[in-house]
Amino acid sequence: MSKKSRGSNVNSYQIRRPMRRMWPVFILPTFLCFIIGFIWPFLQGIYLSFTDFMVPSDAELTLIPALEAAEKNPELITEAGGKFAYCMQAFFQNYRKAFEDPSFARAFWNTAGFAVVSIILINVVAFAIAYALTQKMRGSNLFRTVFFMPNLIGGVVLGYIWSMIFDAILKQYGTYLTANATYGFWGLVILVAWQQIGYIMIIYIAGLQAVSEDMLEAARIDGANGWQTLFQVTIPNVMPSITICTFLTLTNSFKMFDQNMALTGGAPTITLAGGTQIKTTELLALNIYSTYNIGRRWHGTAQAKAVIFFLLVAILAIAQLTATRQKEVQQ
Amino acid sequence: MKNNKYPLGSTILTCFFAVLCIIWIIPIFEVLNNSFKSNAWVNMDAFALPSAESFVGFANYVKGMTFGNYPLVKSVIYSVVITVLSVGLILLFCSMSAWYIARVDNWFAKLFYYLCLFSMIVPFQMVMFSLSSIADRLKLNTPWTIPVVYLGFGAGLAIFMFVGFVKGLPLEIEEAAAIDGCGPLRTFFLVVMPMLKPTLISVGILQTMWVWNDYLLPMLVLDINDYRTIPIHVDYLKGSYGTVDLGATMAVIMLSITPVIILYLFCQKHIIKGVAAGAVKG
Repeated sequence: MSKKSRGSNVNSYQIRRPMRRMWPVFILPTFLCFIIGFIWPFLQGIYLSFTDFMVPSDAELTLIPALEAAEKNPELITEAGGKFAYCMQAFFQNYRKAFEDPSFARAFWNTAGFAVVSIILINVVAFAIAYALTQKMRGSNLFRTVFFMPNLIGGVVLGYIWSMIFDAILKQYGTYLTANATYGFWGLVILVAWQQIGYIMIIYIAGLQAVSEDMLEAARIDGANGWQTLFQVTIPNVMPSITICTFLTLTNSFKMFDQNMALTGGAPTITLAGGTQIKTTELLALNIYSTYNIGRRWHGTAQAKAVIFFLLVAILAIAQLTATRQKEVQQ
Repeated sequence: MKNNKYPLGSTILTCFFAVLCIIWIIPIFEVLNNSFKSNAWVNMDAFALPSAESFVGFANYVKGMTFGNYPLVKSVIYSVVITVLSVGLILLFCSMSAWYIARVDNWFAKLFYYLCLFSMIVPFQMVMFSLSSIADRLKLNTPWTIPVVYLGFGAGLAIFMFVGFVKGLPLEIEEAAAIDGCGPLRTFFLVVMPMLKPTLISVGILQTMWVWNDYLLPMLVLDINDYRTIPIHVDYLKGSYGTVDLGATMAVIMLSITPVIILYLFCQKHIIKGVAAGAVKG
């Protein structure tokens, strides 16, 4: 591989050869920790989603007891429509349970709605603030400092601060935050907007400052008004920032956990027609956690939900990146 | 800039943003406000300023120190220990690995790099159940050993950012160092590391914000009866009593966010620059 021509870098072999021997120092510690902290639990997580377990060490594939049951009672196989179909059903039992769980569906729609609302709200407001703050203006550094501040506070603490505030506001109307799923949903939107607008604004400011003054000047000379300059010169040139910001807000809102748990914890709970109780303001990440806490029978299902959740986040993240990357201006 | 007059529109904008900023810090102000009031008064009207009857001085703060059957000081110490050790480990080992990945560039380096990219989109829920049992088995469940878990799970983003930066460094400097007789270790610590400083600050800030505020990982990995971090401590205030003493809770929250905000105000330039640089790389 080092034979490949790299222009002036050909000599780098002098550096690479002694370095390669140092791999136990440079890369091994990180890689070992990476295995412990990521690779091993990730692979084990996939395996566990097909099992029934209390703790990972006593995990047993859901297929095994199903096969034993089928040996005693062959009718099960004919009911399922053949041996293969029966095995598949047993193998994917946790996934089936996850998809049939109404609380998971509810959490999915909550998350999807929350993601759409918060992505639009956060990006539009953050961009507007960033655009204003990059204009000639007194005190813009101070404003920037203030807007960014909520980012330093952790999600759990934020949740308790805002639940106090929302309860105090709603008390004047004789109600409280967890009385109604709508309050909880919009409460979370406000909380997260308050927290993340500052962060996203910083990224947009960096992007806006990189737009060349000459280009804006040229647009002005050509007779473009403020809006035309904004939409036809500035925004196409900050597309890379828009890609990053929509990516960050998308993944953040899908992975939202701390704020959700601390603000409402999923409350209020409603009872469905079938008698099952579901939490109405739960997002996916919290739903996985509370599924696990129901008890042993649900551990495997919680892990199956986590795998579905991971696939969903991964697909969305990749789709979003490819979609907005195409709109970026080539320079 | 200095000699230009600000146009009228800009003055209006400044006024508008001044008002918006005041609205922006109301939540933090309300925490401060309520931390001086007794619980009954917080429940009655959280927005009222402390009056002669509702003002309790620093009683909430005194109560907050031992509130929830766990001294707040201990949580603060554990949070500091975990954050300092984890971020230190991440900065040291990830920058070393990133240099190796960027310069050696063999199949293993490539594989590791792509695994790091991949790990960035994996949500924590995917790994958390097995991670907590693995950490338990490997005795990584104390504040002194949990940094290993943080290094493992946080390596993805850090390595990605470092590799991006190292690739932009001129190779000639390292070649010169090699010719002058520096081995890889000396080249890294004396030549490369100083050039990495801006990225070290960026990564350091992002990782500190993550580790300091992280709730779920320490919650699942640590033995909660012995070791609590600040987010866990705050969470347990609500869990430990039937009725929550909101005044004392607000005092605890105030105690936990004040140092962070003071630190931020002192080095906000670095923090904001670090975040912007970090995000642009990501």
